[in-house]
Amino acid sequence: MKRFALAALLLSGASLPALAATEIQWWHAMTGANNDLIVKLANDFNASQADYKVSPVYKGGYADTMNAGIAAFRAGQAPHILQVFEVGTATMMAAKGAVKPVYQLMAEAGEKFDPKAYLPTITGYYSTLKGDMLSFPFNSSSTVMWLNLDALKKAGVEKDSLKTWPGVFDAAKKLHATSPTCGFSNAWASWVLIEQFSAWHNIPIGTKANGLDGFDTKLEFNTPLHERLLSKLAELQKDKTYDYSGRANSGEGRFTSGECPIFMTSIGFYGNVKANAKFAYTAAPMPYYPDVKDAPQNSIIGGASLWVMGGKSASEYKGVAKFLSFLSETDRQIELHKKSGYLPITKAAYAKVKGEGFYKENPILEVPLLELTNKEPTDNSRGLRFGNMVQMRDVWSEEIEQALAGKKTAKQALDAAVERGNTMLRQFERTAGK
Amino acid sequence: MVENRPFGNILAHLVLIVGVLVIVFPVYMAFVASTWDPATIANGKLGLLPGPYLVENYSRILFEGTGRTTRAHVDTMLFNSFVSAMIIATGKIAISLISSYAIVYFRFPFRMVAFWLIFLTLMFPVEVRIYPTYKIVADLGLLDTYTGLSVPLIASATATLLFRQFFMTVPDELLEAAKIDAAGPLRFFKDVLLPLSRTNIAALFVILFIYGWNQYLWPLLITTRDDMQTVVIGIKKIVAVQDALTEWQLAMATAILAMLPPVLVVVVMQKLFVKGLVETEK
Amino acid sequence: MEKRATFSNKFLPYLLVAPQLAITLVFFYWPASQAVKESFFIQDAFGTTSNFVGLENYRTLFADPYYFHSMGVTAVFAIAVTFASLSIALLLAVQADRGIRGKMAYQTLLVWPYAVAPAVAGVIWIFLFQPSLGYFAHLVRALGVDWNPLLDGNQAMTLVVIAAVWKQISYNFLFFLAGLQAIPKSLIEAAAIDGARPTRRFWTIVFPLLSPTTFFLVVVNIVYVFFDTLGLIDAVTGGGPAKATETLVYKVFQDGKLGGDLGGSNAQSVILMIIVIVLTSIQFRYVERKVTY
Repeated sequence: MKRFALAALLLSGASLPALAATEIQWWHAMTGANNDLIVKLANDFNASQADYKVSPVYKGGYADTMNAGIAAFRAGQAPHILQVFEVGTATMMAAKGAVKPVYQLMAEAGEKFDPKAYLPTITGYYSTLKGDMLSFPFNSSSTVMWLNLDALKKAGVEKDSLKTWPGVFDAAKKLHATSPTCGFSNAWASWVLIEQFSAWHNIPIGTKANGLDGFDTKLEFNTPLHERLLSKLAELQKDKTYDYSGRANSGEGRFTSGECPIFMTSIGFYGNVKANAKFAYTAAPMPYYPDVKDAPQNSIIGGASLWVMGGKSASEYKGVAKFLSFLSETDRQIELHKKSGYLPITKAAYAKVKGEGFYKENPILEVPLLELTNKEPTDNSRGLRFGNMVQMRDVWSEEIEQALAGKKTAKQALDAAVERGNTMLRQFERTAGK
Repeated sequence: MVENRPFGNILAHLVLIVGVLVIVFPVYMAFVASTWDPATIANGKLGLLPGPYLVENYSRILFEGTGRTTRAHVDTMLFNSFVSAMIIATGKIAISLISSYAIVYFRFPFRMVAFWLIFLTLMFPVEVRIYPTYKIVADLGLLDTYTGLSVPLIASATATLLFRQFFMTVPDELLEAAKIDAAGPLRFFKDVLLPLSRTNIAALFVILFIYGWNQYLWPLLITTRDDMQTVVIGIKKIVAVQDALTEWQLAMATAILAMLPPVLVVVVMQKLFVKGLVETEK
Repeated sequence: MEKRATFSNKFLPYLLVAPQLAITLVFFYWPASQAVKESFFIQDAFGTTSNFVGLENYRTLFADPYYFHSMGVTAVFAIAVTFASLSIALLLAVQADRGIRGKMAYQTLLVWPYAVAPAVAGVIWIFLFQPSLGYFAHLVRALGVDWNPLLDGNQAMTLVVIAAVWKQISYNFLFFLAGLQAIPKSLIEAAAIDGARPTRRFWTIVFPLLSPTTFFLVVVNIVYVFFDTLGLIDAVTGGGPAKATETLVYKVFQDGKLGGDLGGSNAQSVILMIIVIVLTSIQFRYVERKVTY
């Protein structure tokens, strides 16, 4: 045993980095081309100065990464920077002492930092009501509707008819003849069918501006409009005019393989469509019900932000602050945007890309930006901040699944989703403090 | 054979062949997938025959790293799996041998307390006490070490029980003879018991090596650095991706490599393995 | 059962049991006691606040229909896997025991899945049954089945059962084969002389004689389903759809995840520990009886 322990010590010590530069650990959830990008960002930053060394570590999917971060914090081993998806926001901000708010970090480190330089629909999701930025938006996306143009043409569907939900339903029925297993579908069930749907139609998911105003929020998305969509989808699910593709994004391949000609998911899917789709394609804004007064309102973001974890030394925080400034540079934002399809987070970067005429050649990449900035955000469309939202998404998805499988009516499923969600909110409120 | 029934024998062969095919087929398909390019797989065009990308896929995961996903080289992961499986197997055998020796061959106060303390851990995997165990390993500063990966999994009673049972079957005359020769407890252990236990130790080693190699939840939680990951975790990370399509050809190639060492151990040491499994777990 | 002859030494035995006791105390009893303690608290995800709530976590748990649901899921899963893998393994073992040629070759070809990690097996099966690109999914759909395990709980359950059975057959096969070989051939020959047909011989003589092996395997398979399938479920279904494949152990893992409900998760751990202690004592009685007889 002793010999093994010794060997283990030697082996684990051997690969520690040289102590010359302060190491900044960055745990993230990016794979594929986006992982390459993260590594490049870190390398560029490390090459630009000698005092700090950013080491990115891939920790699995979003939930795995957040889970690892929480477990590590409890054990006193947190990384400096943790990438957390947007629905983890409430959990992170409730953890006073566990995180270092970005606005504080920047002020203490003396880094130049103007919150107004960032796009408000993006930073609003990650800021307090006063406008203090708590985490740093990294990869922001929004939902778009991916279209297989070849399939639409074959079925005689006009792209313009897909602006509204009734139009999508009609098109899907026509498409059903050529795509018998899937007329249309979507990834991220809860994000697309409840969260984005509510914002896009300017109706609340919960009270207190969807939780942004306080943890004593109550869910209220069991409305007739939500029921209308869900019951229609359940009806179409029967003959696969609509076909469910799961809670996360593992079903996205159904679009690139040509199985589902209409597929709603994140703009972050862009790189893979470009690489794998063997047909003409484009992306369109999400559909809406034309008889709803304010629709379409504006969409909300998805994706993730970077949280700075608490309990680190001042010099480490200085390095983190420098790295965040580095990420905010206009040219870097432009590079991120163009390569990944994620949105630029500063106004300057958006304006510059637009000025270059980039969107004329790549109209797909502007679709989510147009959705996000469609109208001035309201209390219903700034974002959402519910405690235990990660687990709640599972609950909502479970109820959606029940309705689609015909085990519950749409009304029963939505009522149950709201009720179960409220129980979780109350539990969160108890531990999170007021 | 009770009676000679050629028809019955043919039927037996038939049933066994079908069984073998059912068992082998999924892994064969995984192998086929590991020899194609992502587009073929993503478009659902995968057939029954291997494709031309075998060398490319395997050399990529072995030498370039899985690159676009975990960045750790699969050879590093295989090495980590090997080291932790070895520590778990040898560690378990070593501590169990001596503790069961004490429990069987000595009479001392609290003997039964010690036995029951150890025994209660039987069949009680790390999964249900995972979060508190993680905290302890972290407090001891053992995250991202081979010690942390393996030692907590050594705390289990299976091996101790086995050796206890085996020692019970060793004739008392041997001990009496040793005592007549004035052999002390350590010499008796080394010269008599250990040689007698050789096959049991080897058989148990095979089982424990596989047990260690196949760990999932524990390494998933306690490794934070890419270069400390085990291969079973590596696969999970290739499959669970965000805003990207799973690179199934790499996942399947890694799966094949991950199962190869323990499968080889089972096949090559089949006799010992069967003995270890059937005789130890009863 | 005790040894008649023993050594006497004051310190040596303690020294010998010390390493195992130390590891067991540090990595087993200490965390287990922490789990018991934390089951009486509620705390936030990061563990910065912690409030004593007495038995509330347990009360909540027993008022939660999903807890009983996951017990049901565990029961269905355990019965399906145990029954299917035992029957298939027995069928194969009986054929292999007929004294046909190539017995060793068959054994080799049947035993190796034992060495495949459950998580790895899970990944392979989910790949084969992926609705859009899996080979088996295409086959099943070609047969006219509306295959979508993401939505259909029964299909998801079928999928995890298949994957779990696939992995478990080899283990059961080996034990049945050993059990069959231990049955004296003279017994069967006597029955054959009496004119009993092979099927009848099997059910009246062989199967009853195999019952200790079968009983042992039932216990082992239940334990396997309880604990070892966690990696498999995580890879294949993640407990979904709509909790259709959420077993008790998976629920512990799932509820504790992200620190969402650590108190509740720990309460579940404690209940599982009690279940395991009961199972262990049953197993132990059985083990002891075997040793004595």
